[in-house]
Amino acid sequence: MLKKLLSLPIKHRLLILAGVAPLALLLAFAPFVFEVLEQPFYLRVASRILVFALAASSLNLVLGFGGMVSLGHAAFVGIGSYVVAILAWHASNEVPLSLGPFVIAGTTDGLVAWPVAILAAMLSACIIGAISLRTSGLYFIMITLAFAQMIYYYAVSLQQYGGDDGMRMRGRSILPGLDLSNRTTFYYFALASLALCLIFLFCLARSRFGLVISGIRQNETRMRALGIEPYPYQLTCFTISGAIAGFAGVLMVNLDSFVSPADLSMARSSELIAMILIGGVGSLWGPLLGAGFYILGQLGLGTLTTYWPLFFGPALIVIVLFARRGLVGLFVPGRS
Amino acid sequence: MVAALEIVHLHKMFGALKATDDLNLDVVEGELHAVIGPNGAGKTTLISQLSGQAAATSGEIRFFGENIARLSMPQRVRRGIVRSFQITSLCREFSALTNVALAVQARAGHSFRFLRNAQNDSRFTGPAMNALDQVGLAHRADVEAGHLAHGEQRQLELAIALAAEPKLLLLDEPMAGMGADESHRVVDLLRELKRRYTIVLVEHDMDAVFALADRISVLVYGHCIATGTPEEIRRDPAVRNAYLGEDAADAGSP
Ligand SMILES: Nc1ncnc2c1ncn2[C@@H]1O[C@H](COP(=O)(O)OP(=O)(O)O)[C@@H](O)[C@H]1O
Ligand SMILES: [Mg+2]
Repeated sequence: MLKKLLSLPIKHRLLILAGVAPLALLLAFAPFVFEVLEQPFYLRVASRILVFALAASSLNLVLGFGGMVSLGHAAFVGIGSYVVAILAWHASNEVPLSLGPFVIAGTTDGLVAWPVAILAAMLSACIIGAISLRTSGLYFIMITLAFAQMIYYYAVSLQQYGGDDGMRMRGRSILPGLDLSNRTTFYYFALASLALCLIFLFCLARSRFGLVISGIRQNETRMRALGIEPYPYQLTCFTISGAIAGFAGVLMVNLDSFVSPADLSMARSSELIAMILIGGVGSLWGPLLGAGFYILGQLGLGTLTTYWPLFFGPALIVIVLFARRGLVGLFVPGRS
Repeated sequence: MVAALEIVHLHKMFGALKATDDLNLDVVEGELHAVIGPNGAGKTTLISQLSGQAAATSGEIRFFGENIARLSMPQRVRRGIVRSFQITSLCREFSALTNVALAVQARAGHSFRFLRNAQNDSRFTGPAMNALDQVGLAHRADVEAGHLAHGEQRQLELAIALAAEPKLLLLDEPMAGMGADESHRVVDLLRELKRRYTIVLVEHDMDAVFALADRISVLVYGHCIATGTPEEIRRDPAVRNAYLGEDAADAGSP
């Protein structure tokens, strides 16, 4: 990456620095900046951007990098959120949770609830992927959407957990040595999570696995002709993405202390797709830039007019049409 | 003489069209077997059935005795059957080197390795560089495949097939779209590769075919009307009638 950066002309290098440096500084010092400005609300917005960037990154892995257009990705995020919230609900109401033959106690312990939540999202992604990846193209899109809708209606039907209205968590998950209820701590925790995730995705992209996944997106027949069966690789990619999405859900429910079916709705899935399109499909930084733009844009327009979608929609279309590589394309010069 | 490939009563229908019509053909281990025939004779369709990209409607394809007609393309590649494409098929965003290195990587076993950088792994880039060198493309290794000139993409297509280290190499018009220099280079290369691999070569360039082939099969309407040495094919009256003009029949003769 550095080599690539250094091989660029000076002008481009400066441009990247000019764009990236302030963003990086702002990310690193956001809690202090907003402290000084006495705007704690914006720290929450910043945390929200990070968490959505994580969710969008997970979608970007399958959609942008792997070329698998999953329309129901919010379902995996929502599953992560719901598992944490449900476990917490059973803990605070002191009602054991019965899962068929098993009866378990609820918990607010992050070391227990989070892995369970991530595993649940991962497993769902694995099962849904196993079925939908048997198809391709439009069928794949429709099947991922159908599954997501099923999960959505299932969540709506959970009367015990608030049904349509969703459910509130009494407090954030408990982690040893970390007080997540402190908003600065939470912010840095989300930032570190996102950074780790991006480092992982960066390595993944250049690994043997990543080359195969990208190769399948570019030319599936070519990969078959090399002796590579796409299915197991795509399924693995989908499952990894589900796990990351689940983790994003864990953070999301902790950020809001609230989860509702809207969090795994089709609307939410489309928001994630919009963020990727805005930021730059298939690029590492795209989801972060896209999430930032989307959430701030929504916020800004939302304070001006309740009809903000009326303006936001066309803005999206303009970006997608005129900046095909998204915001990332503004910083990183295109291929010659 | 071991039959590397035995094609027995092979049929391929596209609707009512018989693209392959009761084809019988043997390819001996180590030989370069050319398949010629007019456009639409079913040569590409044959290569696709041999490589597993398309399923035969009926018939058998035996590879060293094993019927492989029902195996998938990746399964056949693992047995050593590798094809090149008449219409270039590349990963256009990858560099030429990465395209070839992926072939080496695929041969080396599964790719469930998630963290280590494979793009500068010399186990893959080393042999890949060799293959690029063989086809004369080493100096363009770092160029994105999509940005290579058409002739260079044809060379790359061949390098990928070589890097897969096949036992049976299926080449579908490797010289089509290349300049004269590049074609010569490929003819030389194929001459070099001849004994090392068993090769099925589909080619329109009759000079190259008659210079390289141990045996030639002539396909017309999906049916093999003659198989023989270049000498025999040149003399075969049926072939002269059906396909070869007097010009082509004289090609390659001293
Ligand atoms: N996928 C396909 N669907 C329908 N017809 C096809 C298909 N592929 C090839 N054909 C037909 O089969 C015949 C043989 O084609 P092909 O194998 O490409 O010939 P060649 O490579 O010898 O020029 C042609 O008539 C062609 O139109
Ligand atoms: Mg052809």
